[in-house]
Amino acid sequence: MSLTNETIQARITEKFGDQLLNIEEPYGMLSFEVPKEMNLKVLNFLYDDEVLKFRFLTDLTAVHYPDDKGRELAVVYHLHNMEDNIRIRFKVFTDINTPDVYTATGLFSAANWMERETYDFLGVNFVGHPNLKRILNVEEMDYFPLRKEFPLEDQTRIDKDDEMFGRG
Amino acid sequence: MPRQVSYNLIKKIPESDISIVEMPDGHMGEGFFATSLNKVIGLARKNSLWPLPFATSCCGIEFMATMGSHYDLARFGSERVGFSPRQCDLLMVMGTIAKKMGPVLKQVYLQMAEPRWVMAVGACASSGGIFDTYSVLQGIDQVIPVDVYVPGCAPRPEAIIDGLMRVQDLVGKESLRRRNSPQYKALLDSYGIQ
Repeated sequence: MSLTNETIQARITEKFGDQLLNIEEPYGMLSFEVPKEMNLKVLNFLYDDEVLKFRFLTDLTAVHYPDDKGRELAVVYHLHNMEDNIRIRFKVFTDINTPDVYTATGLFSAANWMERETYDFLGVNFVGHPNLKRILNVEEMDYFPLRKEFPLEDQTRIDKDDEMFGRG
Repeated sequence: MPRQVSYNLIKKIPESDISIVEMPDGHMGEGFFATSLNKVIGLARKNSLWPLPFATSCCGIEFMATMGSHYDLARFGSERVGFSPRQCDLLMVMGTIAKKMGPVLKQVYLQMAEPRWVMAVGACASSGGIFDTYSVLQGIDQVIPVDVYVPGCAPRPEAIIDGLMRVQDLVGKESLRRRNSPQYKALLDSYGIQ
């Protein structure tokens, strides 16, 4: 019998109870939220459980919601059960002033570069990461470009006249 | 009897097929020809430019078409594409240069021997193009001096050939002392190059 969203949900609710928040199934993919201190407990449980077996970290990234005060940064984990071919996603939210989240590198080696990328673009501080430094952007960069308060455009360019682009 | 197609119907005059560079101005008599060294060196340099392609994206594909038999950059003496900066005269930068690539590009430029020329092919290399964003260099002239800019996104092979001919004009007319001039040194200094 292959794994279904209902079985997964029943199993994790049995383990974590009402610490799971916002359980939903957008486009058939089970998604939920946990408190940020719980991220490693949840990852370990999903990995070790003999039924769930989510042992492949597909993606790890973050999103910035500037209007959601106190929980501006969402770190998103995508996991894959390779045996039953089923995927889930969960999020932890953190305050942008203390963006400290435990690192998943102890469990998944793949998390190493993904966490560096997340740090590079959104400034999430992964506590315990062995080498948390910029990976894709230039090392001299002094801000986190995917945070919404920073403009997308390169500010060194002086030839762009807003009048010409109909934005004057 | 060969089949009648355009190239055996239209008769070609053999001499006009072979293109030979015209002689520079000078004095000629029996057994001698005198002209300035500038012109001879310029003539030799402009008709044997060795391009170094620095192709990062779509403009590079247009360059490949330009090097191919249909457009054929070899007709302008640029047959020999070198992949070592030490041997090449013309750096052709084709495609988006990310800020992280900037120091690499500058290193390649530094490794080229004088005299060296640079051609920025396409909107991205010339100005950043559509990538007005924090991660892309807004024109390679922020890190190295550029001689010729080829506009287009991506430019057609004809445009790249036109750009090469503009480089040839510059090379042919360049004074042998230009690279020692204070202006040139000031230009390199402004890029932090000795």
